[in-house]
Amino acid sequence: MSIDLKTIKHISKLSRISVDEQKAEKLADDLNSIFKFIEKLNELKTENVEPLTSVAETTLKLRSDEVQSKDIREQIIKNSPQDNEDYFVVPKVIE
Amino acid sequence: MSDITKQSLSELVQNIKDKKLSSEEVTKAFINRSEKSKELNAYITEDYSSAIEKAQKFDQKPNLNLKLPGIPMAVKDLFCTKNIRTTAGSKILNNFIPTYESTVTQNIWNEGAILLGKLNCDEFAMGSSNETSFFGNVQNPIDKDLVPGGSSGGSASAVAGQLTPITIGTDTGGSIRQPASFTGTVGLKPTYGSCSRYGIVAFASSLDQAGPMAQNVKDCALLQEVISTYDPKDSTSIDFKRDDYSKKLTNNIKGKKIGIPKEYRVEGMPKEIEDLWQKGIEYAKDCGAEIVNISLPHTSYALPTYYIVAPAEASSNLARYDGVKYGFRAKGENLIDMYEKTRSEGFGAEVQRRIMIGTYVLSSGYYDAYYLKAQKVRKLIKNDFDEAYKKVDAILTPSTPSSAFKIGEKKDDPVSMYLNDIFTVPVNLAGLPGISIPAGHDAKGYPLGLQIIGKAFDEQNILNIAYAMEEKINFKNKITDWWIK
Repeated sequence: MSIDLKTIKHISKLSRISVDEQKAEKLADDLNSIFKFIEKLNELKTENVEPLTSVAETTLKLRSDEVQSKDIREQIIKNSPQDNEDYFVVPKVIE
Repeated sequence: MSDITKQSLSELVQNIKDKKLSSEEVTKAFINRSEKSKELNAYITEDYSSAIEKAQKFDQKPNLNLKLPGIPMAVKDLFCTKNIRTTAGSKILNNFIPTYESTVTQNIWNEGAILLGKLNCDEFAMGSSNETSFFGNVQNPIDKDLVPGGSSGGSASAVAGQLTPITIGTDTGGSIRQPASFTGTVGLKPTYGSCSRYGIVAFASSLDQAGPMAQNVKDCALLQEVISTYDPKDSTSIDFKRDDYSKKLTNNIKGKKIGIPKEYRVEGMPKEIEDLWQKGIEYAKDCGAEIVNISLPHTSYALPTYYIVAPAEASSNLARYDGVKYGFRAKGENLIDMYEKTRSEGFGAEVQRRIMIGTYVLSSGYYDAYYLKAQKVRKLIKNDFDEAYKKVDAILTPSTPSSAFKIGEKKDDPVSMYLNDIFTVPVNLAGLPGISIPAGHDAKGYPLGLQIIGKAFDEQNILNIAYAMEEKINFKNKITDWWIK
């Protein structure tokens, strides 16, 4: 199978990455060569194989949800690209 | 002492403990050499003045019982360091200042080490040549315009070039072992769950592991002992008994069974690599090990599996970079437009490529065909190793299918770049420990590495085998300091 420009546009929308025509063509070429390489897996019959979701054969541990970092609000806000000292600021979402 | 930077970590620790050297002298020596080595482009962020202050403070009241007393160290810029910029080699994190410290680096500072700076790497650790970094290519100290490997390229370059006595990298598909092999250094990828992933910028969470990169096996064992701890902050950290790897290190590997997997004899493998592997087998025999032929039948499916699993996890992990809470933000007409432009301008080409692959294989209608299929093949790959370890204690392979290549040589062909990791990727998929040790040179004089793969949690055993073989190999790195005028 091959990945066409329409599919590239669809994935780019899902990934929230804007893609212009030129970039889309390059991406289609790259992805097609990568998927050609990935298709090798179809040689294997895997109907009766259990999927491996984690190499660590343990169940994930639970811990109590306690605050450990205190008084870092200011530092956190400082990392945001645009701030007003109290909130993260984003472009207007409500018309 | 004029040649401080030539000393190994173990020698420096001993000299500081014996009060023959102060932390300040050692720290200044590495800073001085780092300053002269800007052409390598190994650093993204330098923290020299604060390092000198910390060294002076250490010397005033030296705690010589620590494992890394006053030892300066630069680390890969994928580890979050509190109040010090952490970029992951990406424009999108260009101005990110973490409010917390990664567990692995915290363990290092707790043992007395001092941060020199943050080292260059492929963007989000996605790459095998350090060419995807937003902060430019890194030079391999072995030769001009040669890649140091990747993604821990700055780390490998800094250790080989003696800009830091030792360092840490991360390894998702070979990112410690391949650059170690390309620069004539030692690199260990520990068992999955051995070192905490807390505070490491995430790439592919089921594969990522931090590990030491060093000039020799003993140094590597010492740092592994420091960084490997159980950590409740990482839900996949495993609570197992960790050895004092450096204390228990022995070159007595008599009777150890070492497997040689026939499937690693891949088509088109250069004769130099084949010869190196054969030499490795002879060295292992000289050390008293028993060589056993084994089979890992699904080896050739490892890379295609990896290029589904890793991008899938990456596309999910990197969804957090949206230009809202931290990092780079592009201007957009509305919120969605801002997201799309931020990610398009903030991520480099390789990262975008992998996010797109990952998004595609996880998208509706394709999940079973790609992601589920890959998880099943991953199980088969792990089963191969489980089967092999019924017969052997460890496995010996080449680390890479070639020596280091020139900058630009493979940049435009993603698949040929991915093939670099053909011998290292299966180890991550199976969650096993693997170590690369320098074992010889090719015709151009570039280093070549051998990989020793162990059973899960059996770091001590592969360190011992590496230690014994290192002694027999007696490798000498050919570094001419060409970049120092």
